[in-house]
Amino acid sequence: MSQQTPVLQAKGLIKRFGRVTALDGADFELYPGEVLAVIGDNGAGKSSLIKALSGALVPDAGEIRMNGELVQFKNPMHARSLGIETVYQTLAVSPALGIADNLFLGRELRKPGILGSVFRMLDKAEMRRQATEQLSQLGLLTIQNINQAVETLSGGQRQGVAVARSAAFGSQVVILDEPTAALGVKESRRVLNLIRDVRDRGLPVVLISHNMPHVFEVADRIHIHRLGKRAAVITPDSHSMADAVGIMTGAVEVDAA
Amino acid sequence: MTEHTNQGSQPPSSQADHERVTESVGGSIAMRSDEVLDWPRRIHRFFHANPTAAPAIVLIAAVLAFSLIAGERFLTPFNLSLVLQQVTIIGALGVAQTLIIMTMGIDLSVGAIMVLSSVVMGRLAVDFGLPPSMALVLGLVCGAACGAINGTLVTRIKLPPFIVTLGTWNIFFSLNLWYSNSQTIRSQDIESIAPLLQWAGNSFTLFGARITFGSLMMIALVGLVWYALNWTAWGRHVYATGDDKDAAELAGIRTQRVLMSVYIVAGVICGLAAWLMIGRIGSVSPQVGTMSNLDSITAVVIGGTSLFGGRGSIVGTLIGALVVGIFRNGLALAGVDVLWQEFTVGLLILVAVGIDQWIRRASA
Repeated sequence: MSQQTPVLQAKGLIKRFGRVTALDGADFELYPGEVLAVIGDNGAGKSSLIKALSGALVPDAGEIRMNGELVQFKNPMHARSLGIETVYQTLAVSPALGIADNLFLGRELRKPGILGSVFRMLDKAEMRRQATEQLSQLGLLTIQNINQAVETLSGGQRQGVAVARSAAFGSQVVILDEPTAALGVKESRRVLNLIRDVRDRGLPVVLISHNMPHVFEVADRIHIHRLGKRAAVITPDSHSMADAVGIMTGAVEVDAA
Repeated sequence: MTEHTNQGSQPPSSQADHERVTESVGGSIAMRSDEVLDWPRRIHRFFHANPTAAPAIVLIAAVLAFSLIAGERFLTPFNLSLVLQQVTIIGALGVAQTLIIMTMGIDLSVGAIMVLSSVVMGRLAVDFGLPPSMALVLGLVCGAACGAINGTLVTRIKLPPFIVTLGTWNIFFSLNLWYSNSQTIRSQDIESIAPLLQWAGNSFTLFGARITFGSLMMIALVGLVWYALNWTAWGRHVYATGDDKDAAELAGIRTQRVLMSVYIVAGVICGLAAWLMIGRIGSVSPQVGTMSNLDSITAVVIGGTSLFGGRGSIVGTLIGALVVGIFRNGLALAGVDVLWQEFTVGLLILVAVGIDQWIRRASA
């Protein structure tokens, strides 16, 4: 796998907030077609790392490459336009809007011709059609009403809508921040299946999670973050959960990968 | 998934639906809305999906009730068209207020912006001799500028909308007194020099109803903003920004821009309301209509728009303004003292907010 060019790569990222060093020379590699889990203790700097990779934070130093080419994200919109989609744990969707509205939020489709160009009229039918298609491709079917307000859905279903959105528009990378943190056992299972579905469609996934069983179940490789940098990269086969926790907390020393 | 099923009201087809759903669930997130619901829950869901339903029912009930109480004097085309004229200005200001409240704000300055804009229109045309059409446009520009000031304070300085507009309310009102020298511009002067400013007061008669151009303009305004909210991306962004600003931001919406645009549009609508007001009262008075900010909030709230943002409709606000107008008119015709009219409006507000709280509980 290491012969391939990483889809998304970071080298020596540094970010300081006053006297706090959130990123201390962090490295990161995401290869095509994999689920890479990012784990780390609270305060280890994993959310800063993810923010840097999704454009929400501009690092003080270091470089980020996409498919080998140097990029500098100015903001989340910029990263998104380059094909990086991020799903946030709590802020995934707009509750009072419908499913189709949410899928297309911020990139609505307009009707062709004068209705769209002059009257700015939305093409609701087309958005509904594409939303239905997208959700059924991901097995999120049996939606009776694609205009149903998202707040009437369960937590897992909402997460499903958010993941579907990222899979629909992310052409390069999908980043999921704690997608199962607020969910029950059954719904977590479904979201994990969804993550596999997204990967099987060819999109690499970055999964940030605290939940070790989930990480070990779904990840191909596991990036362990500690003290602002990458402590190790392991695989579910090479190491146990206890090893991972050991590396996370510093109880086990490893050579940085 | 585990909705309580009420055997008694279960429709015949639901068994088959249930099996189909159970099959398709396996391993995926099935979204469905075909649970068998008991009646309270069905009603709740209906109101949740149709925010204008509750005020519309109140409006119809009020018209029926006053037809019985106040009798023939109430239910005439002329009287009902009078109510429409009476709610024209509040309806227009309510449209502006709805946009602001939809974004989780509140605008106490709408009335002051309207009066200031009307003074600008009147002074420029009558005292400075500008062409009426230019005075009108500059009045609208004044409204837009006031909105832009509010918007800048809310989005750049990050002050709460309530405080911002409480401050600008006083400022705009003082500017209005200063610019007008606290003097009224007489109706006759406007009529002879700038009849365009009174255009909205023109009317025609249809089946005994006296319909002013101003009323029609207000309804057209409601239609236009309804279209913008429901059929353009801007409208979706207004809803999303009010609903959950952070989520909207993460979805790639530039929420500060959306907020700014909302305050400017609201300012322009206040300028339009100024034109409607000159049409309605004929003259330009710096003292009139300054309390209409609270009346516009009343119309918005009774119209079912949530003060917590992201939920509501323009049509609801028009209905809310009509409900207030119908109650005032009906109670007056029934010979009820003015103080009980105010009392009733107060009750209506409380009931409307109570209903909103209940409806907002998404999964009751």
